[in-house]
Amino acid sequence: MSEMQDYQSSLTDEASRKFETFSYLPEMSREGLVKQVEYIVSKGWNPAVEHTEPENAFAHYWYMWKLPMFGETEVDTILGEVDACHVAHPGNHVRLVGYDNYAQSQGTSMVIYRANSA
Amino acid sequence: MTTNRTYDAGVKEYRETYWMPEYEPAATDILACFKITPQPGVPREEVAAAVAAESSTGTWTTVWTDLLTDLDHYKGRAYRIEDVPGDDSCFYAFVAYPIDLFEEGSVVNVFTSLVGNVFGFKALRALRLEDVRFPIAYVLTCNGPPNGIQVERDVMNKYGRPLLGCTIKPKLGLSAKNYGRACYEGLRGGLDFTKDDENVNSQPFMRWNRRFDFVMEAIHKAEAETGERKGHYLNVTAPTPEEMYKRAEYAKELGAPIIMHDYITGGFCANTGLAQWCRDNGMLLHIHRAMHAVIDRDPHHGIHFRVLAKALRLSGGDHLHSGTVVGKLEGDRDATLGWIDIMRDSFIKEDRSRGIFFDQDWGSMPGIFPVASGGIHVWHMPALVNIFGDDSVLQFGGGTLGHPWGNAAGAAANRVAVEACVEARNQGRELEKEGKDILTGAAEHSPELRAAMETWKEIKFEFDTVDKLDVAHR
Repeated sequence: MSEMQDYQSSLTDEASRKFETFSYLPEMSREGLVKQVEYIVSKGWNPAVEHTEPENAFAHYWYMWKLPMFGETEVDTILGEVDACHVAHPGNHVRLVGYDNYAQSQGTSMVIYRANSA
Repeated sequence: MTTNRTYDAGVKEYRETYWMPEYEPAATDILACFKITPQPGVPREEVAAAVAAESSTGTWTTVWTDLLTDLDHYKGRAYRIEDVPGDDSCFYAFVAYPIDLFEEGSVVNVFTSLVGNVFGFKALRALRLEDVRFPIAYVLTCNGPPNGIQVERDVMNKYGRPLLGCTIKPKLGLSAKNYGRACYEGLRGGLDFTKDDENVNSQPFMRWNRRFDFVMEAIHKAEAETGERKGHYLNVTAPTPEEMYKRAEYAKELGAPIIMHDYITGGFCANTGLAQWCRDNGMLLHIHRAMHAVIDRDPHHGIHFRVLAKALRLSGGDHLHSGTVVGKLEGDRDATLGWIDIMRDSFIKEDRSRGIFFDQDWGSMPGIFPVASGGIHVWHMPALVNIFGDDSVLQFGGGTLGHPWGNAAGAAANRVAVEACVEARNQGRELEKEGKDILTGAAEHSPELRAAMETWKEIKFEFDTVDKLDVAHR
């Protein structure tokens, strides 16, 4: 049995902040991201990019990057917008949302760039 | 109108009035399927008619006041009889009840008729209510879940994965402050919710208001620390409705996102009122089902859980315990999948292979999160994600708190495992086949998950289920 470890997390350590789905996994490779975007497309969800300053991340509403990409199915185009948002706002978190218009809710949402990441 | 009838005192055979094989059920009828085990020698049609009569307008003898009304309009009608596959001791009887027999929006009233005196009827050895079709006309008179799955996702900001919960243990005996500590540790480790155990109400060792205070501090700190939204099912189940509402109001005052109720021991009346209160006050409602197994476990007598699930969807709740299929508690896989659909979907088709006897149309009534809880741990995660999908709450009690490094590590292990399973599923991998690889891969980056996998590797629950679907090869 592995030796007991302390659970590292605190109010003062920014690295303790999480971002919901997939934020407990290591950062995804480009390949891994492509798979997740393909899943969003396969579900018929509408991709959308949002970003925020880290200190405002708890709010429900982040800034929309342009408009949701209604009907967009090209994975490269979708990830291209994520990248463009990151380049324009390098100090912000950037997430990709899949809007499910039948459920009238988000099918999924994942943070792709964290402000403190490269 | 036919000719006026005359009063003829005495006992009539039920089937003369209540057995109507030619009857075509109306779209507005409430339909019921009973599994009847008759006393020896009583003909099926007579017993079926007796059940229809005793659960609607009939009594054992003719009375003169029958003639003051139009009983042909109000009576329940036994309209079909079927063999039970693989069991000669009983048969299915289908009964249609006109909607006018029931008070609008009252689960209490429907069940007082359908499973009232008739269950003690002497001509029966046993009786089980297998399924009920609630017509959309009746569904729309009920308030239903206060929020529903989509609203809860929006409020809690949780998308694209099952939610994670944990029931705090030991279930009884912790002080309020120590209890809040256990919640805080679980929430900071990555859980979405912690939960009061069902029998935690307001005992001398931990009064409810102290518990609410300490738990809310735990939630606030865990939210600040993780940046994620958190909740704890504050159990407001109480000895009286007045006390229940008092606790609910206090939870609201503290800013709690979710409260909890036990709908069978608390009762349909209290539950329906509380669900309405939650709708009015923007509060999520978690529902526990203590006592259900007393009612639903015997395959020949009682009420099937799929019916109790329908009762709750009408009465109102945003979460309902559904069984896990894989854990320590009873649950046949196909039957469980059937009642999970009943909780979540808008329209469920008749499907005997899953124990569903009628089409059920819920219209726009919100769906309920099924809650898988009881004896589950990280090794069950691939199967749970595959069986339940995203719209579920996976609740690990011992499977969080029993982690060798404590609750935060146990919570993190489960969170890493659920996210790894969702990632793999989205990639098109088969979770139940590749589960071990998926978890082992995820554990490379998570010492917490690795320790959890070492701890629980050997635990299995392999008892056969008692209440199985009726199939011929049994």
